Amino acid sequence: MKFSEQWLREWVNPAVTSEQLVEQLTMAGLEVDSIEPVAGRFSGVVVGHVLAVQPHPDADRLRVCQVDVGQSDTLNIVCGASNVREGIRVPVAVIGARLGADFTIKRAKLRGIESQGMICSAQELGLAETSQGILILADEAPLGQDFREYWQLNDNAITVELTPNRGDCASVNGLAREIAALNGMLKKQLVINSVAAKHTEQLAIIIKAPEACPRYVGRLIRNVNNQVASPLWLIERLRRSGLRSINPIVDVLNYVMLELGQPMHVFDVAKLNPDIEVRFAQADETLNLLNGQTVKLSSDTLVIADQDKALALAGIMGGSEAEVTAKTQTIFLESAFFEPIAMAGKARRYGLHTDSSYRFERGVDPALTEKAVQRASELIIQITGGEPGPIFDQISSEYLPNPLTIKLRKTRIKTVLGITIPEAEVQTILTSLDMQVTPDAEAWQVQIPAHRFDIKLEIDLIEELARIYGYDKIPQQAVQGQFTAKPLTETQTDFYRLRNVLIDRGYREAITYSFVAPKLNNIFAPEQVPLELCNPISAELAVMRSHLWPGLLGVLQHNQHRQQERIRLFEIGLKFNQYDERIVQQPVIGGIVAGTRYPEQWASGKEPVDFFDVKADIEALLALTGRQQAFSFVSVEKPGLHPGQTAKIICDEQVIGYIGALHPLVAEQQNLTLPIYLFELDISIINQQVIPSYTTLSKYPSIRRDLAFLVEQNLPVADLLTKIRNEAKDIIKQVQLFDVYQGKGIPIGQKSVALGIIMQHAERTLIDEEVNQLIQKIISDLQQAFGVKLREE
Amino acid sequence: MQNLQVILAAAKLAVEQAQDIKTLEQVRINYLGKSGQLTELLKQLGQIPAEQRPQFGQAVNQAKQELQSLIQNTEQSIQASQLQQKLANESIDVSLAGRGQTLGGLHPITRIRQRIEQFFTQLGFSMVDGPEIENEYYNFTALNIPEHHPARAMHDTFYFPNGLLLRTHTSPVQIRTMEQQKPPLRIITAGRTYRCDSDVRHTPMFHQVEGLWVDQGLTFANLKWLMQAFLTHIFETTVDVKFRASYFPFTEPSAEIDMTCVHCQGSGCRVCSHSGWIEVGGCGMVHPNVLAAGNIDSEEYTGFAFGMGIERIAMLRYGIDDLRVLFENDLRLLEQF
Ligand SMILES: [Zn+2]
Repeated sequence: MKFSEQWLREWVNPAVTSEQLVEQLTMAGLEVDSIEPVAGRFSGVVVGHVLAVQPHPDADRLRVCQVDVGQSDTLNIVCGASNVREGIRVPVAVIGARLGADFTIKRAKLRGIESQGMICSAQELGLAETSQGILILADEAPLGQDFREYWQLNDNAITVELTPNRGDCASVNGLAREIAALNGMLKKQLVINSVAAKHTEQLAIIIKAPEACPRYVGRLIRNVNNQVASPLWLIERLRRSGLRSINPIVDVLNYVMLELGQPMHVFDVAKLNPDIEVRFAQADETLNLLNGQTVKLSSDTLVIADQDKALALAGIMGGSEAEVTAKTQTIFLESAFFEPIAMAGKARRYGLHTDSSYRFERGVDPALTEKAVQRASELIIQITGGEPGPIFDQISSEYLPNPLTIKLRKTRIKTVLGITIPEAEVQTILTSLDMQVTPDAEAWQVQIPAHRFDIKLEIDLIEELARIYGYDKIPQQAVQGQFTAKPLTETQTDFYRLRNVLIDRGYREAITYSFVAPKLNNIFAPEQVPLELCNPISAELAVMRSHLWPGLLGVLQHNQHRQQERIRLFEIGLKFNQYDERIVQQPVIGGIVAGTRYPEQWASGKEPVDFFDVKADIEALLALTGRQQAFSFVSVEKPGLHPGQTAKIICDEQVIGYIGALHPLVAEQQNLTLPIYLFELDISIINQQVIPSYTTLSKYPSIRRDLAFLVEQNLPVADLLTKIRNEAKDIIKQVQLFDVYQGKGIPIGQKSVALGIIMQHAERTLIDEEVNQLIQKIISDLQQAFGVKLREE
Repeated sequence: MQNLQVILAAAKLAVEQAQDIKTLEQVRINYLGKSGQLTELLKQLGQIPAEQRPQFGQAVNQAKQELQSLIQNTEQSIQASQLQQKLANESIDVSLAGRGQTLGGLHPITRIRQRIEQFFTQLGFSMVDGPEIENEYYNFTALNIPEHHPARAMHDTFYFPNGLLLRTHTSPVQIRTMEQQKPPLRIITAGRTYRCDSDVRHTPMFHQVEGLWVDQGLTFANLKWLMQAFLTHIFETTVDVKFRASYFPFTEPSAEIDMTCVHCQGSGCRVCSHSGWIEVGGCGMVHPNVLAAGNIDSEEYTGFAFGMGIERIAMLRYGIDDLRVLFENDLRLLEQF
């Protein structure tokens, strides 16, 4: 809502500066978005009278004017505007006038003729974006008066960002009511002059949907002359409120909407086929709107129609069929109360948002419906002439909002706000908001005015009290009582602990969008139908990520393309997948690693990072659970990853994550530099830990035996180690793998595996014989199970 | 006797000339060993007239002792100088960088989020989470935003074809918590939220932190106190906090929270558009309809809720002037945290 401060002050004029006024509005919940002067900075411009106009002897386009500016000498002014003519009053910038910051009018010669000033256009005075020719003033404009004073330019245009609950403030009248309450004043009374009918002609109106249109007021006005220009005061008021002048009748309707808050519509009677109906649209009915758009209507949309067709989207926008133009002679004025719930969301469905729909959705005072027609009639007849007919006014009171009386308990104010507002002040505040207050012992009965659609409950009244009383006057009060923190249980691992494991190992945290490009997502989850947004911000952000990897890959690309070769990033967030109809939003921790193992430094080479570097990071995360043995890494093929360098991570027979190298083809397609490793783990598994349970330390010595085997090249060594551990769980304390070798001296298709077995008994010293027996058993079991061969040294 | 003096002099010279332990040991063997020259002299004791024997023996023993002690001293000094040499050789350039991984860091959003969560958990708030794909009931209806309410349009919601949506705020967690827990309750939730809006000042995904406190006797004045305490903690400076009337369907009375601009201490600067104040969040008393949606009797309990954009707080705290860089994940930014 944009309005002129001057206009507002005609309704209520508190002794506060513009800045204070803005502050009052903002603090009371009517947030001022901007305040700006209504004209450019200029001085020395006065009202002049053009006495004579003669052609310039040496320039076709220039004219030489004699201008009286109320001083003893008339001025000789050269003017290039084609609309300058004898007898008009115009704004004249005299010698010494300043226009804008750095333009001063000086005596000058134009093609040999001296010019003693300048006749100004609206644009030159900052009154319009563009203008054609000079600004022509009313004949009554007082000669010689300072133009700023005459045009009342010491004014500001204030834009208020209204919250959806305050439709009642979408007018100068409504804002004045609010300002009056905030300053403990009374605003100007709304006085409406009834304009008596001059004839009996009227259109038949059939309200077919009274539940959506409980009140409809109409009036026919004959013989208007819409070809006249709107008066300058009207154009200027509209301009300061952010509206353009269209024609006098439309301008008046906009003016009344700004003044009172009632949107209206007008039809050219010659273009319609009565009767008029207010009804819901028929299926597949179409309507050409004033903005040139053609909409296909749905059957829950209210329209104004004649016998042939829909004429307007009720309360939203008119159609072009019965549009009022300069040539229109007979008009039908419409003012209605459209039910807010019936209006809600309708404009948006057609991609529209109008001054009218804005107000009707929030609620327009049903008491204004007829007043607005009277006010508009008065102004229209004043400007365009014409003969008004009788007022048609149909009220379906069963559908009008019921006048509401709310009980406000005295104790409840303190319960909610924590302060006591003196009872007299409570009554004053509520009364200043046009509420009728009847006190009793414990409460007030408060009658709510029809324009306050937002006040339905006791709490709404308490908010009004707090707002007008002033939030800043409510003191801070500490909450009394004990605040004990609720710590995590010992089996829960804080997410920050997970983050810190990786951070301590050189990772940085990334946060990427949860929606990604379908193409990238498809690389890693081709089997998944991704969750697709109906209204994505762009095609690149159209589907919910099935893994964290698409986003991380994007980050890698961003950084690699900026000469960052070594990257270690992780992210924590949800991934989104759909299984049949079930949507799973799973918290995961994922990462991407590229470049060298260590940052470039003097003490180590530039070895590229490899699978086992990254695996160590994952093992560190898994170690947080206190049951590392429960996790196993099993070779797997996974889309987007290297088929020979990828593992699924298994815990309790569930896959809880993946680690792998990016597939070289993907790297090539995405223009990325290898090596690149990715991982992702289900957080709900790794944020659970077991509580440690102490085992007594053995007092007896441990024995270590080292063994080396030849095994099949593709035998997972982990299987070998597990098998050994399971041979004698109480004695074998550790199986330490210390060498895996393939190459010279080893038969093709095999590898050498060297390991140390550390044994210890809890209650006695192990003797050589039993150790030897155990080792023999291990060797023969391994031979049987895996076909390994013991290597002799 | 003359012979003894000659031998001793030669031995002393040899000790003096010895540069290392090995040579020194050889000198010892040459003179004091089983068949060393001084040892041999003693063996000649029998050939010496009896009356001279004691004197001779004493002279040789004395010479042996003298040599012994000289060798010992020399050995110590050689060892000392060798150690010196060894240590000198082992000295390193301690200014060189350490080996291995360097420390990483949290994303600035998480960094400030952790501080926020810590403040509230220390006040006994429990951290809770909720889904990011939500339904209309939790995101709107239960929060007193019925269908077609103009506030819905203002949320720029991302929808899925099945009618689900990406949560536009963290407030659905309030309802989910109230359904699960009975008051008194004190919860804090932080996470990703989404709105279909992308320009210099908006990213389609952003983070909110939201708190809810429901108990007997909580008031708007208490809420003011808590917000002041919170912002003073986060910015580690005494800030003024101003409540400005506003409208959120799920709280009433509602307020926007303004805080003294931490850049100019309120004197006015570019960051605060020369107002001296910065808007940091919204809050209010929980609307009775919302308490009802959570099966809480609003006659017995009151409560308040507050919410803030984490990006905004991170930007103010760390002096980041462009929202969008937070989601580029450029290492040059991440390495600053
Ligand atoms: Zn500032």
